Amino acid sequence: MKNMLTGSTLALTAMLGMSATAQTTINGAGASFPAPVYQNWTYTYSQSKPGVTVNYQSVGSGAGINQIKAKTVDFAGSDNPLKLEDQEKNNLQQFPMLTGGVVVIVNVPGVKSNQLKLDNETMSGIYLGKITNWNDAKIKALNPGLKLPDLNISVVRRADSSGTSFIFTNYLSKISKEWADKVGFGSSVKWPVGIGGQKNPGVCNNVARIRGSIGYTEYTYAIEANLAMVQLQNKEGQFVTPDAKSFSAAAANADWSNAPGFYMVLTYQPGNNSWPITGVTYILIRKDTDAAMRKAMIDYFNWCFTAGATAALKMHYVPIPENVVKVVRDKVFK
Amino acid sequence: MFKVDTAFKWLCLGCAGIIGVLMMGFFIQLFMSSMEIWNEFGLGFIVSSEWNPVTNKYGALPSIIGTLSTTVIALIIALPLAFCAALFIVDARPQMGNILGQAVDLLAAIPSVIYGMWGLFVLAPIMQDYIQPFMVDKLRMDKLPWVSDEFNGFGILTAGLILSIMILPYICAIMRDVFQMTPAMLKESAYGAGCTRWETTKDIVLKYGIRGILGGVFVGLGRALGETMAVLFVIGNMMGMPDNIFSGATTISATLAGNFPEADGMQRSALFALGLILLAMSFAIQVFAQYYLHATSAKRGEAR
Repeated sequence: MKNMLTGSTLALTAMLGMSATAQTTINGAGASFPAPVYQNWTYTYSQSKPGVTVNYQSVGSGAGINQIKAKTVDFAGSDNPLKLEDQEKNNLQQFPMLTGGVVVIVNVPGVKSNQLKLDNETMSGIYLGKITNWNDAKIKALNPGLKLPDLNISVVRRADSSGTSFIFTNYLSKISKEWADKVGFGSSVKWPVGIGGQKNPGVCNNVARIRGSIGYTEYTYAIEANLAMVQLQNKEGQFVTPDAKSFSAAAANADWSNAPGFYMVLTYQPGNNSWPITGVTYILIRKDTDAAMRKAMIDYFNWCFTAGATAALKMHYVPIPENVVKVVRDKVFK
Repeated sequence: MFKVDTAFKWLCLGCAGIIGVLMMGFFIQLFMSSMEIWNEFGLGFIVSSEWNPVTNKYGALPSIIGTLSTTVIALIIALPLAFCAALFIVDARPQMGNILGQAVDLLAAIPSVIYGMWGLFVLAPIMQDYIQPFMVDKLRMDKLPWVSDEFNGFGILTAGLILSIMILPYICAIMRDVFQMTPAMLKESAYGAGCTRWETTKDIVLKYGIRGILGGVFVGLGRALGETMAVLFVIGNMMGMPDNIFSGATTISATLAGNFPEADGMQRSALFALGLILLAMSFAIQVFAQYYLHATSAKRGEAR
């Protein structure tokens, strides 16, 4: 299919007599968590680099992994890291691209962004279905200054399997033993309660529509939808607000040199300012891609690490630190 | 000349045959792809309510219950509406009947994803703010076992309501056709014998058109069973057993649409098994409908 496309593009450019250089099209698919940045990058890169077109479809981490295994795409994005043995079994290479935060959003009348505080017990209690009303004594005790209405809590979560859910349920498993025992973590789990929304925008939509709802989504989506975010408790017991600063505080802890195959989960990291639901998003490439395509992709990813970093920061994602980029270049790109 | 005839005969046979082969192919394909599930859980898959991707345990019951309950609600709402609308359109003055008939038909032309968007942005908030509070606070329906006082606008009732609007034009169109075929002579005789309009409708039109009404029910049933997009938006996509008509649930088609892109291994097999169940349900309804209509046609004195 891809060859056919490239072929027809070639034929078309030759026919129009516009350019004689070969057109390279790099196709990627996967995680929707970093999709806002990836789409910005692919557009900017394709504009600035004549002859190369990069596409990224936000289809979800699991779908991206399936597609790269089936060789239907050239690279995949995933928030759900693959262990080293999985990568080797499927002839894949994985490296980190960005760090970002998953935030908790609420639609409670009278509650503005970053006003509401939820600690580990109330967060897990709500998602376990044990705390069902916003005027619950435990929530009130944490928020003495807020007027919380007598309103049912409607839990919203992802209906599809997703890397965002992986990060979020991983966080819940770390803060609540009951969650870890009853539900566990994964890109889709058996949710005790909650309405399912399709992808990040679906969750935002449902939270915006339902009074008394609570949901989780990637930070950029929450900002775009203008939804009220919640302060959460981190490993040090501090309440933190979600922003690029608290995401990078969590990311600073990561010890990449001791992570085989770059397998790393960044939830519930130590540090006074660390945001507890921070996640890494990865790129997967095949080892058996032909050399020309591999070179084009590595050029692109190198551009993402350097020139792309500014755009990522603007969109509230944290680029991978310089020293980690060097490890990626040494181990994967070489 | 003879050759052309023979060729044409074989062509037609081939075309007719393809349909049968395709149908068989669907069943076989779905069955093959879901083998893993049938091997692992057997028929217990159908009655199990567990759906846990973490432990790889799957069951179809929540999806089946969700499919059936939304369909039943849709039919309960749509049938009387379609029946009355069809009666009126048939008996109304021609211009008016035409306009109203066209309007009902237009409902069928709206793509289902538009119904879904409308459901999410308009109907769900209306349900949460007005209809569900009215049912609970004013009608005190939460005393009934299948209604709860917890609601958020999503769920089985909302999905059933959207479905009812979607199947209404199909049911109505079939009913109209049948009512129109009631011989004028019969109706005139009834009026002549001193029957009121209601009596004529009840005893003549309804008796004569029972086949059409049942036909309409089955067409509506078939359509409601498989509807995906509109339901996906408002059902709530909860993989658990619903306790009441306000609770979120999922239907077979919504489960398929929501999970297929990401599924692999056992989960993928479970989704194929759900597809097989849905196909079997639709197939059974069609077969039953044909059989029932055939068996009862003699009693209604129709020539077959």
